[in-house]
Amino acid sequence: MKNWIKVASAAAIGIALSASAANAAWEKVVVATEGAYPPFNMVDENGKLIGFDVDFANKLCETAKIECEIVAQDWDGMIPGLLAKKYDAIIAQMSITEERKRSIDFTNYYSNTPAVFVGKDTMKIEAYKDGEVMEDALDGMVIGVQRSTTHANFLEDNFPNIEIRMYGTQDEALLDLTAGRVDATLADSGTLDDWLKSDAAKGYGFVSNQFAPSEWFGDGAGIGIRQEDQDLKEILNKALAEMLANGSYDELNKKYFPAINLHPN
Amino acid sequence: MFEDLIYVLGKYDTWLWRGFLLTIELLVISVTFGTLLAIPLAVARVSKKLWIQAVPFAFIYVFRGTPLIGQLFMMYYGVGQLISNIDGIQDHWSWAYLRNPYWYCLLTFVLNTSAYVAEIMRGGIQNVPSGELEAARACGMTPWTTYSRIIFPRMWQMIWPAYTNDVIFTLKATSLASTVTMMELTGAARKIVARTALPYEAFISAGVIYLIIVYTLTFGFKGIERYLRRNERRKDKQPGTAKAASA
Repeated sequence: MKNWIKVASAAAIGIALSASAANAAWEKVVVATEGAYPPFNMVDENGKLIGFDVDFANKLCETAKIECEIVAQDWDGMIPGLLAKKYDAIIAQMSITEERKRSIDFTNYYSNTPAVFVGKDTMKIEAYKDGEVMEDALDGMVIGVQRSTTHANFLEDNFPNIEIRMYGTQDEALLDLTAGRVDATLADSGTLDDWLKSDAAKGYGFVSNQFAPSEWFGDGAGIGIRQEDQDLKEILNKALAEMLANGSYDELNKKYFPAINLHPN
Repeated sequence: MFEDLIYVLGKYDTWLWRGFLLTIELLVISVTFGTLLAIPLAVARVSKKLWIQAVPFAFIYVFRGTPLIGQLFMMYYGVGQLISNIDGIQDHWSWAYLRNPYWYCLLTFVLNTSAYVAEIMRGGIQNVPSGELEAARACGMTPWTTYSRIIFPRMWQMIWPAYTNDVIFTLKATSLASTVTMMELTGAARKIVARTALPYEAFISAGVIYLIIVYTLTFGFKGIERYLRRNERRKDKQPGTAKAASA
């Protein structure tokens, strides 16, 4: 059924495309972001949208040579608004999930905050290297992690000889880290990076490399588009690949997250 | 639904089993030590001297008057944090125990259980018929003998149904242990939900295990209750009530 729709819509697009000049349908693209997820997207004092997602969207459109308008949209209405054609693309750190794929489509992922271990500055953990899990890297350690997260699953699946402490929130895990009751904690590098800037984090830091194998951590955040707009998906994917190749993505990444690699895979 | 249940039970049986063992362990230890601690508390609570009464009163008031989860957090994050800040404690041999959530969790449960049980016991002690106490005094029993021969046996008889209730309450309370990283039965079910996105199957599995535990408990406690009330059964066989039996 779904395939049938896809084939039919592809055929329809094919007809539409051959009728008009290529790309003509996408001279102008309206992009929605949330504006409430710093530092990815937020509003400044003048009510202007700023952040990594906004800069990324502008650069992407520039690379694709299309005109873009960026609008703010509440998170809850993000997908309905796209389907109602209030805008054509979502750039708001929306993770690519199977459930969302039932109603919309995604481009390739454009950012993925990798996982990282945080512990005392003096320690060093090598749990994931060159696409391989180092099963004995953490032997005998007590690792804190937030329960019901991809990070908890990653630890449980791969490290039989450690003690895993599961917390309701990441804050609790960090409390126990500073109290010395866990040796290290594994979490999203964006969250941890933020915490490391606080006073409580003195003497602590990233103690491992950053990794995000998709088997455990999913596919990251993609640009949300309507399922019928396969031509737009192609345009955006091409522009994204170009940005990654010519270093302009890297520049943006460094500007917002000097210590994190947002495109690890 | 049924297939999912089989899937959950088949794949995560070790998680549930380990959760079950930890739940039982927490229950048995907290009830045992909670009850032992409750006895002196209850005795002090019925003292006629105000200053003896005050200490258990304050203790019971605080532990019954605040939510258990708050006590657990106070103990684990509050007290635990203070201990961890003591100079050099983290290099001391005792740190291996002091950093472990298990002891904080157990201590909270023991104290909480003892507060509830002490209050139940106080009610039992105060309801021992004054005639029996007077008789004991008339026989020349010391307070110690009065307690061990008269008051405590009478008290147990009276409080047993309420005590059973409290043990079951403690069983449910152990489910809070997962909030301080102890993966007992509810914690195990939560973990399964996080993995499989099958909340019904996971919580039904855990729920059924709780029901089995409660059934076993009620059955055993009923037996003990019959034993505690053995003197009343003997009374029934006396000629005075024989008429009722023959009717």
